[in-house]
Amino acid sequence: MQPNYFDPFVLPFTLSMFALLTFLVFKYGSWIYRFGASDRKKVFKGFFSRNSWLAMKEIFMEGLLHRKIFKTNRRLGYMHMSLAFGWFLLIVVGAIEAHTFAKGSSPFYFPIFFRFFVPGTHESFFSDGFTQLMDLLLLFVLSGLFLAVLKRFKSVWVGQTKTSRKKPIDRVVLTSLWLIFPLRLLAESFTSGIHHSGGFLTGSLGTFFGVFLPINQLAYPAWWAYSLALGFFFIGLPFTRYMHIPTEMVLIFFRNWGIKLGVDNPVLMEVEINSCPKCGICIDTCQLSSMAGIHNTQSVYFIQKLRYHEDYNQVAESCLMCGRCEAVCPVAIDLNSIRLMHRADVSATREENFGFIPVQTRTADVIYFAGCMTHLTPTIKNSMVKILNASGDKYWFFDKEQGACCGRPLKLAGQLEAARELVERNRQMMMESGARMLVASCPICYKTFAEDYHLGMEVLHHSQYLERLMANKQISVEKLEVSAVYHDPCELGRGSGIYESPRAVVQNVAKLKSSVYQKENALCCGGSIAHLTLPLEKKKQIARETLRLLTVEHPQVIATGCPLCKKSFTGESGTKIMDIAELVAKALVAKPVREAAKQQKEPVYL
Amino acid sequence: MWGFNITKTRAIDFDKNNREPMMEILRLEPSIRVCIACGACTATCTSGNLTPFNIRQLNVFMQRGEYQELKKEMHKCMLCGKCTLVCPRGVNLRHLILKTREVLLNEEPLFAQN
Repeated sequence: MQPNYFDPFVLPFTLSMFALLTFLVFKYGSWIYRFGASDRKKVFKGFFSRNSWLAMKEIFMEGLLHRKIFKTNRRLGYMHMSLAFGWFLLIVVGAIEAHTFAKGSSPFYFPIFFRFFVPGTHESFFSDGFTQLMDLLLLFVLSGLFLAVLKRFKSVWVGQTKTSRKKPIDRVVLTSLWLIFPLRLLAESFTSGIHHSGGFLTGSLGTFFGVFLPINQLAYPAWWAYSLALGFFFIGLPFTRYMHIPTEMVLIFFRNWGIKLGVDNPVLMEVEINSCPKCGICIDTCQLSSMAGIHNTQSVYFIQKLRYHEDYNQVAESCLMCGRCEAVCPVAIDLNSIRLMHRADVSATREENFGFIPVQTRTADVIYFAGCMTHLTPTIKNSMVKILNASGDKYWFFDKEQGACCGRPLKLAGQLEAARELVERNRQMMMESGARMLVASCPICYKTFAEDYHLGMEVLHHSQYLERLMANKQISVEKLEVSAVYHDPCELGRGSGIYESPRAVVQNVAKLKSSVYQKENALCCGGSIAHLTLPLEKKKQIARETLRLLTVEHPQVIATGCPLCKKSFTGESGTKIMDIAELVAKALVAKPVREAAKQQKEPVYL
Repeated sequence: MWGFNITKTRAIDFDKNNREPMMEILRLEPSIRVCIACGACTATCTSGNLTPFNIRQLNVFMQRGEYQELKKEMHKCMLCGKCTLVCPRGVNLRHLILKTREVLLNEEPLFAQN
């Protein structure tokens, strides 16, 4: 006969759980409902595909084990893992234990309050083992909780210099979350103390409390308190950062089914905003916080403003878009794209267009696009011209007379409509040239050429082009006697994933030194045009601090691949700043490569 | 016979011109207050190379409250940011232009009578 497993104290937990599930079903349903036709098709197609399994694997690795947070800091990773994975195991093992005991149907809250309904020792399969295991898991969770409490007092002990400021409601629900596990410990200990059962933790604590506490009277209220804490947490969850727990899983599924957030496809935006756990890992990594003393604009606060519909205009503009926060975000939220979408676009109603840009076309194999910033640092431009002449490639210097801009600065300022017009104009001219390759000297231009232009020709940053010229022996170089550290520009490195080509180039012409701040961890020079409001003084401050960190190994030269980085650093630096094109041009052996050049006995300069 | 009405007066009456939008722009980007009108921005400007687009002149238009001219010129800017990089006074011209666009768009009725 099935015993009656019911007591009024299970109601707070049960009712709030139902309320939460109903809320989530409606919320997620409304998101899918608002998807476009193609995205909805992806959901239905992906649902039964292999990608769902991949998503589950990702949920396990990131949502439970928190691999990415471990990479940032081990203590922080352990804290998150013990809470997430520990609680998960507590639920799973608890369910197995309860079902082994009940051997059939039991109410769904039964495993949660198993010890209350089955207080004494019992003789079902592996019962002692389960009891000890559950105690161990509870201890595991409590160890994470201990770190979490510690983090509230001094976050450095848990590996964060600064942690995010929380809203009052976050604090209230946080407290109820923290209370769940100690209350469970107390409730189980009291019950075990009365019945002389329990594992190494609850059993011994129960006996201990029994010595000086009236555990007979305390046990029942403790179970009530445990259930109330759970209930309170579930009711509060949708209004706080804990919404990330269910939403992150949904987000991982959507991503694995091929739905992507882009500046022109905001479909996943609300999912991503709700997936932000406000962990604050983006704060320590932000140079505005660590170098410029700006503490209100970091991604966590921006997302929070969006979520609670606060005024976000100023914060949206105050970002270097260097991508350092994106690189460490445990949920991999598309922070840059979301911010870009929220910069006011006033270009849609403009009266003038860019008709003044002269239309010009020329046939060539290679188009060279210097870019506005390169025109401000003419040594880079001259070096590239020298190299291009030596290469023997038939090239067209697209913006020799300082023609149009690539359009990315407009895009970075949120002026998407105007950017589109500029892209279309340039694209037309480039397509008509019949070139097979476009070489850009500026990573800002490179990124937009590669992503927005859809040219149907190869798009290279000049670092890739130089690497290829050397590999093809189109130019020959002599290694210079200088040591260089390579500074990854944001738009080229994290923005476009080009880390190796510039390093290969530098290695060919100089002694390459490594730095702690390289590749994904590279710093921003501070000059980023993505930040719309940063005053000059703060830009210089960031540049100086970045230079200090880059020159710990005392390189003779700081090499970079971006004219804007060079521009921001020069003037603040005691070390020489050189673009890789300058290095190569300097190392170029003046040797005639082509027949035409042979006759002249001189390399072609321009 | 000809009187003084033959030529339109070139005097700028600050009492008539609405200076509200200008004050708003200055509030949003105060760094323009230190401009010394050296013209470096205009000299380096990519758009200015291709068309009579003159950032220094835009500043004059703004200060006088002549928003119609300002509004027409404003959208020739490609926001490449060279002007900001060359400015010896560290004026954030790129943001200034962006904010001017925004203010002029939002305050349409304010300067319509001019």
